[in-house]
Amino acid sequence: MQLLTIAKLDFLESFRSRWFIGYSSVFFLMVIVIFLSGVTESRVMGFSGLTRLLLIFIQACNIVLPIFILVTTVRTIAKERDSNVFEYLLSFPVSLASYYWGKALGRLLVIWLPLLLSMLLALGIGLVRGGEIPWKILMLYTTLLAFSSFTFLGIGFFISVSTKSQELALGIALFVWLSLIAFIDIALIGFLIQQMVPDNLIFSLALLNPVQTFRIAAIALFDPVLSVIGPTAYFLLETFGQAGIIAYTLLYLFFIGLLFLSLGYFVFRRRDLI
Amino acid sequence: MITIQNLDKAFAKQKVLSDVTIKIADGEKVLLLGHNGAGKTTLIRCLLGEYRPDHGTVTVAGHSLAHERVAALRKIAFVPQLPPPIRFTLNELFEYAAKIGHCDIDKIRKNSIYFGLNTDAHDHKAFYKLSGGMKQKTLISIAFSRDADIFIFDEPTANLDTMGRDRFRERISADAMKEKTIIFIGHRLEELSSVVTRIIELDLGKVIRDEQA
Repeated sequence: MQLLTIAKLDFLESFRSRWFIGYSSVFFLMVIVIFLSGVTESRVMGFSGLTRLLLIFIQACNIVLPIFILVTTVRTIAKERDSNVFEYLLSFPVSLASYYWGKALGRLLVIWLPLLLSMLLALGIGLVRGGEIPWKILMLYTTLLAFSSFTFLGIGFFISVSTKSQELALGIALFVWLSLIAFIDIALIGFLIQQMVPDNLIFSLALLNPVQTFRIAAIALFDPVLSVIGPTAYFLLETFGQAGIIAYTLLYLFFIGLLFLSLGYFVFRRRDLI
Repeated sequence: MITIQNLDKAFAKQKVLSDVTIKIADGEKVLLLGHNGAGKTTLIRCLLGEYRPDHGTVTVAGHSLAHERVAALRKIAFVPQLPPPIRFTLNELFEYAAKIGHCDIDKIRKNSIYFGLNTDAHDHKAFYKLSGGMKQKTLISIAFSRDADIFIFDEPTANLDTMGRDRFRERISADAMKEKTIIFIGHRLEELSSVVTRIIELDLGKVIRDEQA
């Protein structure tokens, strides 16, 4: 009960905040700009219309979603601690589990809602324009965005509770994002060529990177041979198959989110609260 | 009963509390004095379970703040010196206090009116946008609405107008507060001399004075 109260109040508070308005606007505008730019009329790899819009949108989300979630999460939580908001709110008889997991639940809804609405906006555009609606892709992408949000929310919470200042938390969040982006497939190929590291190790590293797994699952439905993401694709297809890759991605994103949220909770309980 | 036993707390290498032992009986009205940096805030944060002691224990009515946080904090109502910039609206803050702090929203509103603040006019306003005095009155109203046995006021009248100060003195002197334990944190004794029964002074993290007022 306490958990739901905390989740609801955090959701309502975030819903009014400027970061939420900015965050939501970016995704809505992205859908509108992709549509207005006319790329939905062009045909690439046999795809056009709503499918093409979704493909571009998900690729953009792959890059910007992690940094948006990390920065907004670590900033708001660290700020509440620095400005003594926690000192007052945690002086009430609230269990630390309810407070932490309630805040995580509220924040998850806040960051996922604009993504869900963006997908609905894309669907609306698709319905108005007519043509076939790619329901399978639409469902997969909405699910992928939810799981990816959970992953980076978990990492964001862990960074927030493990650091003592806003500045440090922000710095670490940026470093984590840059590292994940740097180790997507293109960087991995370069690394492979330069260092002569065994292939399987490189492929395993790719599978451990949540940005990369998101990207692979997003492309898997369009490109059954995953030719656009480089050599890692062959290893993945041989090992998992198309359905396996998607199942692995969703499970892995969920696992990473839960792991970091749980580690964050462990740190939150063990250290000074403010 | 509050029992603080051999409490040590340090930040990095700086020791802020050193072997502090204090027992406060039910109904005592304690003024906690000390210069800036004496360790008053750290002591209160240990009492609220927000800092983990490096050594020693803190219990409230037999409940350890480290292990039975919720049971211990149900007995405590706290008003900070500076109201923090909480982004909840007043309505949301009252909901938090009511559901988490087990009190009645109508009682909070009645108390607010007693302190000269009509909360109805500000229901949908964010708490941090209220004036300093309004924020302080809101937090004091919430504290007095809680069914707590221990009240901790950190410089409670610092932002209050004359009427607010008078009402605060009236309220803490009322019969309903006779059985309650109150800890005031501050630098001045004059304002609270009629209520305070015991003075504890800290300096450099140690108790240097503990006497009946």
